[in-house]
Amino acid sequence: MIDLSLLTDGGVGWLDASGPASHLVLSTRIRLARNLSGHVFQGRTSETEREEILQTVERAARESVLLRRATRFRLDRLERIDRQLLHERHLVSKELAGLEAEGRVRSGASILVQERIGVMLNEEDHLRIQGLHSGFALDATYAEVDRLDAELGQRLAFAFHPEFGYLTSCPTNVGTGLRASVLIHLPGLVLTKEISKVLQGLAQVGLTHRGLYGEGSEVVGNFFQLSNQTTLGSSERELLDHLAKMVRQVMDYEEQARQVLLRDAPTVLEDKVWRAYGLLRYARSLSFEEAMNLLSGVRLGVGVGLIPDVAMYTLNKLLIYTQPAHLAVAEGVGPDDAELPLRRARFVRKVLESEVGRRG
Amino acid sequence: MSCDQCREREAVIHLTQIVNEQVTTLHLCEKCAAEKGVESPGAVAKTPLGSFLAAMGKGTEQVPAPRAGETCTRCGATFQDFRETGRLGCSDCYRTFEPALRDLLRRLHGSTHHLGERYAEHEPAVDVAREQAAELREQLRLAVETENFELAAELRDRLRVVE
Repeated sequence: MIDLSLLTDGGVGWLDASGPASHLVLSTRIRLARNLSGHVFQGRTSETEREEILQTVERAARESVLLRRATRFRLDRLERIDRQLLHERHLVSKELAGLEAEGRVRSGASILVQERIGVMLNEEDHLRIQGLHSGFALDATYAEVDRLDAELGQRLAFAFHPEFGYLTSCPTNVGTGLRASVLIHLPGLVLTKEISKVLQGLAQVGLTHRGLYGEGSEVVGNFFQLSNQTTLGSSERELLDHLAKMVRQVMDYEEQARQVLLRDAPTVLEDKVWRAYGLLRYARSLSFEEAMNLLSGVRLGVGVGLIPDVAMYTLNKLLIYTQPAHLAVAEGVGPDDAELPLRRARFVRKVLESEVGRRG
Repeated sequence: MSCDQCREREAVIHLTQIVNEQVTTLHLCEKCAAEKGVESPGAVAKTPLGSFLAAMGKGTEQVPAPRAGETCTRCGATFQDFRETGRLGCSDCYRTFEPALRDLLRRLHGSTHHLGERYAEHEPAVDVAREQAAELREQLRLAVETENFELAAELRDRLRVVE
């Protein structure tokens, strides 16, 4: 079992609800795709070559300021449950963790993590430099990622084309290699059925949406990851400014939708959020999806001031620790434990009781 | 209906072509269609890039194929490999398949020009500017030819900056 205490903030610093607009935005993540010019792309690398890539980047990381004290996890040497744990913490992609349907862990698949930044290695590209911050913090996240990119770029030869920019294994990432995502909670737009219109609008202005765990994941608990679709033809600054502008607009729409609900259906809304709270507080069995949806309801209740005593931090904590691998590890059982829903309900009851008290 | 080509497998792709004002319809199975370079929307959607293209509403459009049999001398990848996986083999593939990729990039990103941060090493700055100017001039010529004056004006401005 891996020791996550090795990570200075336990790997969940981004969930502390301390960041800007954290009542709506859980986290901001930015990644830069980079490849080493001396190696073929990942799809054609041999085991030996992936090992070389790993060593080359690790050497550069040790010489850098930002990753000098980084913790390294070799996914190819971890049990499935540990890989799932890292994935649930949003530290590795599903693909790198080998958690896809017929997925296997690629030899050499690794991550380096130091506080809020890190690098995924031997992913679809040789390096995926990434940063993860709490709340809506595109500028702060990019500043760190950019610094790490510069530090590594001084020590590594990146594949770069004068016209196309940073070369990536998939042409959808070429140019800046930048994908910025904002994980945002939009229950108001879902309840007022405005969400599909908003998502369509975003698609028209070059933004895309994904589920809680990024690419290829389902939307659960009304959490959406909004990110830039294109990576070429605009500067990093332009891409980030455009995303920021659109996210602010979506936040406005969400606030408006909540006001509409409060104005036109106050009793329905009040019943809905307290019902969610009641179920979380007293249910004896909860599936992950049900827990997520109920947490979404309570979060909405807290957001509009209907539920006064629950902290966003408590909700974020529940969000992370009720995930299958986290719960299984905490309870000391296997990931397929039949009693996981019972254990989940007990865990949620305990946290709400100790952090919120017996009222409600 | 069986495939017009192999006469064995079931035809799943029905390709209507207009050649010399004659309308012909070709019924092909997936394998023969792939050999002819025709992609079914389903086949396109199988790769991440395919779903991206499909999402952009261009899933069934053709990516112009580079000259037949062209292979990247560095990694051995062919353009067919790229079509199947949506992934390029190495950084040299971008040169090997440049014309086709240029077209694809234009449709994916609306541009072929990186305007972001530049990687300092290995960059002869003068050549870059010259290359960019040449490319812009070519695009400008095309824009004027096709009477796309809005684009032409934008290109002219960009050309001024580069020069």
